[in-house]
Amino acid sequence: MSTSTQTGTSDAGHTPDEDPALARRRAVTNKRYRLLIAVALGLVALSAVRVFSGAGDLTSGGTIGAALSLAVPIGMAGLGGLWAERAGVVNIGLEGMMILGTFGAGWIGWQHGPWLGVLAAIVFGTLGGLVHSIATVSFGVDHIVSGVAINILGLGVTQFLASVLLEGTPGGGESQSPRIPPLPTVSIPGLNDLLLPLEKHGWFLISDLAGIVRGLTTNVSVLTLVAVGLVIATYYVLWQTPFGLRLRSCGEDPYAAESLGVRVYLHKHIAVLVSGALAGFAGAYLAIVAAGIYREGQTGGRGYIGLAAMIFGNWRPGGLVAGAGLFGYTDAMQLRNAEAVHALLLVVALILAGVAIASVIRRRFVSAVISTVIGILMVVWYARTDALPDQITFMTPYITTLLVLALASQRLRMPKADGLVYRRGGSR
Amino acid sequence: MTTTEVTPAAKNTVQADRIRRVALTLAAPLLAIVISLVITSLVLVSTGTPAFHTFKIMLDYAAQPRTTTLIINSAVTYYFAALAVAVGFRMNLFNIGVDGQYRLAAMLAASVGGAVTLPAPLHVSLIIGVAALVGAMWAGIAGLLKVYRGVSEVISTIMLNFIATGLVAYLLAPGRLAVTTTGSNNIGTKEIPPSGRVPGIDLIPGSPLQVYGLLVLAIAAGFAYWFLIERTRFGFELRATGLNEAAAVASGVNVKRMVLVSMLISGGVAGLVGMPQLLGSSYNYSLDFPAGLGFTGIAIALLGRNTAIGVAIGALLFGFLDNSSQILDLEGVAKEIVLITQGVIVLSVVVAYEIVRRYRIIAQQRDVGRSLAQPQQPVVAEGVTP
Repeated sequence: MSTSTQTGTSDAGHTPDEDPALARRRAVTNKRYRLLIAVALGLVALSAVRVFSGAGDLTSGGTIGAALSLAVPIGMAGLGGLWAERAGVVNIGLEGMMILGTFGAGWIGWQHGPWLGVLAAIVFGTLGGLVHSIATVSFGVDHIVSGVAINILGLGVTQFLASVLLEGTPGGGESQSPRIPPLPTVSIPGLNDLLLPLEKHGWFLISDLAGIVRGLTTNVSVLTLVAVGLVIATYYVLWQTPFGLRLRSCGEDPYAAESLGVRVYLHKHIAVLVSGALAGFAGAYLAIVAAGIYREGQTGGRGYIGLAAMIFGNWRPGGLVAGAGLFGYTDAMQLRNAEAVHALLLVVALILAGVAIASVIRRRFVSAVISTVIGILMVVWYARTDALPDQITFMTPYITTLLVLALASQRLRMPKADGLVYRRGGSR
Repeated sequence: MTTTEVTPAAKNTVQADRIRRVALTLAAPLLAIVISLVITSLVLVSTGTPAFHTFKIMLDYAAQPRTTTLIINSAVTYYFAALAVAVGFRMNLFNIGVDGQYRLAAMLAASVGGAVTLPAPLHVSLIIGVAALVGAMWAGIAGLLKVYRGVSEVISTIMLNFIATGLVAYLLAPGRLAVTTTGSNNIGTKEIPPSGRVPGIDLIPGSPLQVYGLLVLAIAAGFAYWFLIERTRFGFELRATGLNEAAAVASGVNVKRMVLVSMLISGGVAGLVGMPQLLGSSYNYSLDFPAGLGFTGIAIALLGRNTAIGVAIGALLFGFLDNSSQILDLEGVAKEIVLITQGVIVLSVVVAYEIVRRYRIIAQQRDVGRSLAQPQQPVVAEGVTP
């Protein structure tokens, strides 16, 4: 980071007018390259471990496909969190709104088909968002307090409605709905037949790539495509339109925004409503695509994980997708294959080795030593055991989040006025 | 040399303000309960159930000695959870992690208690001590992360909840800390021998059940909480930090230390949440140990305005709702209706407090304006003359 800024300032002598934009562009390209290199190195590490340990499920199409469908609800909840927090409202009520969404999808979905189910889930989630926005924006209640209340309320309303509306339905009961008709899935024609043999060969890197591409292109639910579209749309709306700029300005400094004539209350309300709608959509995905029914306790804290993925991704859509992907991947590993999970220890060790080398180059010896020691411990752990207990895998995403927060909290930058109560005409 | 005499007018104002403050403090929770009753009634009526009749059934059921005992027992458990949350709330610290803290604490304390045999008072204190210590340590992680790495305690405690779930599931397996209970497929920690149990109290006449003996500990904890917050320097600094952190720092409060210490206290109290049930009725930690009490605690702390008395009333109210609703299923009413009541209470109580707070500020400003508008010249002169 620091080197790229320095190049920028040395250019300043020649073209003072163009300089800031140029330096910024250079920093962005630099960052993109770095990201690509990191992804490529991660892939190589994964592939090497797969060849070494023989745990084919590490990058099989099946695992990747499962990871994708597990990542979508987390990512959508996180996207909901992103909208709210970019406008300065912390939305810890995502979990409750998601629960409302699962019920809406189940209740309407089994009677009127999956698409109306999705719509109902979005409406239910938005209603949850409405409560949150009235409490936090109109009444100035503390955001965390209101969010916790909505989680309690969302659960209560759902359980009550389920016991009233789903009791006695064919195949359903007070804690689950009848089956929802499935949504269509799409595949890129021909690709599966082409890639499957490649994947089966077990070649270094080539088979892994084949597996990943196959997982991402075969039997993908249409809702997954909608979700991808929503991420892109969010990026576009929030970062490329005047409306998005205004919305984000409410999250950075509402009083400055107010002085420029931005209608802060309006933007915050919209942001929280969209947030609820996205959480509801996440619930619909869980109920319709992942399970095929509404089931009590289906969300399993994914609203919170979505929030964690958003923080992990530094309040940016791209980072959020990476975070959701990571959580989805560990989830999928845990569900699919104990042997592959065990091999993940080696992957972590390799990544730590990379971190250690990078630290030595940057003359950060303490962090190099710490990474090396932990890496060696991982290798020892791998060598001494045959399998990793399920519960340890279950904890992985949460420990990762804690570590990321603990180690990189200085690099994370949340919207400046995030979580602060704003009153029109007030002051900081 | 100015001898400041309080003028009768000013005295009246102060008195009026005090009366108003008490009235308003009571108004908010009452308003919230009324709102939630109205909404609950609306929901009931809309599903074709007579609301008034439903409430009457619940009250009648609650008046039975057995149910009353159960209500008090639930309230004891809830009280610890709510106090744990309240300690943090008083300095704007959100301990969302009470849930994980008490489950981990109860599980480890149960295993320690099941592993040893000691004279009764020692055995009980050991179990309770371990529980408080584990809870404090688990919360302490979040405290350390906040103080040294700037990690929001909201996120870290949520993550720690999940990690605690994983840890408990990992440790609660045969061959680790658990044994299979004979005659069922439920697994739990080894049963605590009689020396580690706390006998119940026959508080409610005519009840086949006993009130948890740890009711005494709950009352003691309530007193300790009140004393700590209202009567010690630590409590003063805690409240000062919560009200205005910048001002607290300026007057020499070490906020980092405060964050860490209050997180440890909060976690320590959270560790006690599982104790009434563990030492009073179940004697071991098994898969069916209640979960989610931490979130109930948050709700009750909000309802009770983080005061020892208010939280006690809130705990009893939630205990009443949870236990007396059990009768509703027999009457053909979905007992989940009380979950709506609880959610609405919490949401409306925070909104009501906010409205009351704003009203109070406006009222105070109006009073000040009025007293300044009165011709006070002679009064001031009197006061100033030496």
